[in-house]
Amino acid sequence: MSVAHEQVAHEQQVLARIERVRRGSARLREQRVTMAHGAGGKATQTLVESVFLRRLGNPVLDRLEDAAELVAGGARLAFTTDSYVVSPLFFPGGNIGDLAVNGTVNDLAVQGATPMFLSAGFILEEGFAVEHLERIVASMAEAAAAAGVQVVTGDTKVVQRGGADGCYINTAGIGTMVPGVHLSIASVRPGDVVLVSGPVGEHGVTVMLARGELNIEADVTSDTAPLSGMVAALLRAVPGVRALRDATRGGVATVLNEIAKAADVSVVVDEVAVPVRPPVRGTAELLGIDPLYVACEGRMVAVVGPDDAQTALDTLRSHPGGEQAAIIGRVAADPPGLVLLNTVFGGTRIVDLLVGDPLPRIC
Amino acid sequence: MRYVDEFRDADRARALASRIARLAEPGREYKFMEVCGGHTHTIYKHGLEDYLPENITLVHGPGCPVCVIPMGRVDDAIHIARQPGVLMTSFGDMMRVPGGNGSFFDSNARDTNIRMVYSPLDALAIARDRPELRVVFMAIGFETTAPSTAMTLLRAKAEGLRNFFVFANHVTIIPAIKAILDSPDLRLDGFLGPGHVSTVIGCRPYEFIARDYGKPVVVAGFEPLDILQSIYLLMLQLSQGRCAVENQYGRVVPWDGNPIALRAITQTMRLRPYFEWRGLGFITSSALRLREEFAAFDAEQVFELPGLRVADPKSCQCGEVLKGVLKPWECKVFGTACTPETPIGTCMVSPEGACAAYYNFGRFSRQRVREASRA
Repeated sequence: MSVAHEQVAHEQQVLARIERVRRGSARLREQRVTMAHGAGGKATQTLVESVFLRRLGNPVLDRLEDAAELVAGGARLAFTTDSYVVSPLFFPGGNIGDLAVNGTVNDLAVQGATPMFLSAGFILEEGFAVEHLERIVASMAEAAAAAGVQVVTGDTKVVQRGGADGCYINTAGIGTMVPGVHLSIASVRPGDVVLVSGPVGEHGVTVMLARGELNIEADVTSDTAPLSGMVAALLRAVPGVRALRDATRGGVATVLNEIAKAADVSVVVDEVAVPVRPPVRGTAELLGIDPLYVACEGRMVAVVGPDDAQTALDTLRSHPGGEQAAIIGRVAADPPGLVLLNTVFGGTRIVDLLVGDPLPRIC
Repeated sequence: MRYVDEFRDADRARALASRIARLAEPGREYKFMEVCGGHTHTIYKHGLEDYLPENITLVHGPGCPVCVIPMGRVDDAIHIARQPGVLMTSFGDMMRVPGGNGSFFDSNARDTNIRMVYSPLDALAIARDRPELRVVFMAIGFETTAPSTAMTLLRAKAEGLRNFFVFANHVTIIPAIKAILDSPDLRLDGFLGPGHVSTVIGCRPYEFIARDYGKPVVVAGFEPLDILQSIYLLMLQLSQGRCAVENQYGRVVPWDGNPIALRAITQTMRLRPYFEWRGLGFITSSALRLREEFAAFDAEQVFELPGLRVADPKSCQCGEVLKGVLKPWECKVFGTACTPETPIGTCMVSPEGACAAYYNFGRFSRQRVREASRA
């Protein structure tokens, strides 16, 4: 065997060992919670698995879907919850109020449920302007009406100045499962086709710019929107949809990694096919971050069988807000658990989970 | 997007790749070092190695700003951050770099307030707005970032600010390249010169590499076609038996650098006699500290620092990786004990670090991937 071949063989051994380590259960090493634990990437997964699932785990929770599927009194229900701590509270295209409604509506919708009822819990900081609260709640009302849901229970707490950043909102939601629909990322199989419902990364970039720390001006607004109408249309046209996920924290890349891991498949994405609006791309380029990891609040990833791909695409595109939907990749058997990207440049690379938030590069 | 898409054109890449392949003599191994972490990042992010023939290897160099910060300096920064009324600021990349007792993120989870900024001017603005705080900027990076620290210092002095301080950790690239050239265990055929550093220092400082060490240098831009073209230019020099410094990144890099930026650096900073580089050890005249005229802004003089040298973990082979002696995956702890989640060495932290770039982007069997993407 030549030196070059020996090297390649050695490299393969190392890579195989790494994959074995990665498949082992995660261990939380930190003594304290860091910001990375809230970013939706590997650190979040480790915290969830080693603290929450370890003590609270059960067959429903262990599936880690966007919403829990439950059977109560003969009815199939979906149940989910999410907390909103966005800063700033107001940003181009929305505010924490519509975000809190749309986020929970979307978690139900992508599970294959028709969202029905929400709860809303507020944690307010002493001194917070009532005028701001009214604007937030008005946006919640509008978003709820648009999504066809009602806020039916709620809670208010006030903490001392400094104990919160203005206003935090938790919402929980219940919906009824669409009959005959069973969506699960574990059901994805080789040959399936992956779509996104629109341009990615807009919410995340908008919020980053709205913080005013970057001195970048770009014409970009949050994509916050309910997906329930679009999901209903898609499920009518393609009842055999395998899985849907809204690409929130961690972006499309994180969703694809969750799929690859849950279904033990590889997902191969064509970079050139991923819709990204120019201001989002430009900002991401400047900061050295990848739009695939940037949060959306009104976009979903859909996986369908190969024969359904065109119908799914046509359905998404004919729905308001889905005009720029696209087929971005497909599912393969090998290498399992990995997301691969065929780059615009013509190369191939891994798209891995991030540890924490994408950090801007130095130079 | 203009000024980006042109430099990522797959057709042009294929054309360049076939020209490179034609120049590669069968049976000969070529090893080029890309000095700069930005290049490493581009190479992996775009899958550039897919275009190279098997006998051309890219070796990842020491030019990753956070990778060369020794653990003791991280501990010193955390020590400063724990002083009363201090707000420590640094670039995002720095936040996860492990010191002797954890990173800035870990330290924040205990008792400090270390915040990410995008420019030293942002730190200055905080100091201006919050006179009750002592705002410290942890300055890191090569000649690329040193001018912005210098300009910020000049502005702070002009404004008479009393609550702004710089913890200077700037390093210079030439001594590091020289250390690598003098290292006995390395065989390189040429260098991709650091593009951003060269916008400041120009191309002349590399002339000794061609003259004294007989290795060609091509100063390269950061888009994938820039790098591919630079590799082509290196191969062309080798095939013609030439050895010179060439500038592929002429659209940004002037041959003589940027005199205004250089002046700002010399006005505010001077060379340290020596400085510790993570993994590489102490290198003489390889780093910058503030001049006496800026002592009032110098965190090293204003705050008492422990200044302890913390030895790198025994298992860590960052030094060998930074020198290009080892490929990332050849390190004993790569991917098992040392991962982006739990980095032992700095090369696993920054997206520009060779290990992190390889782990995040390149960690798979190229053959299996080719099969998968064809299927």
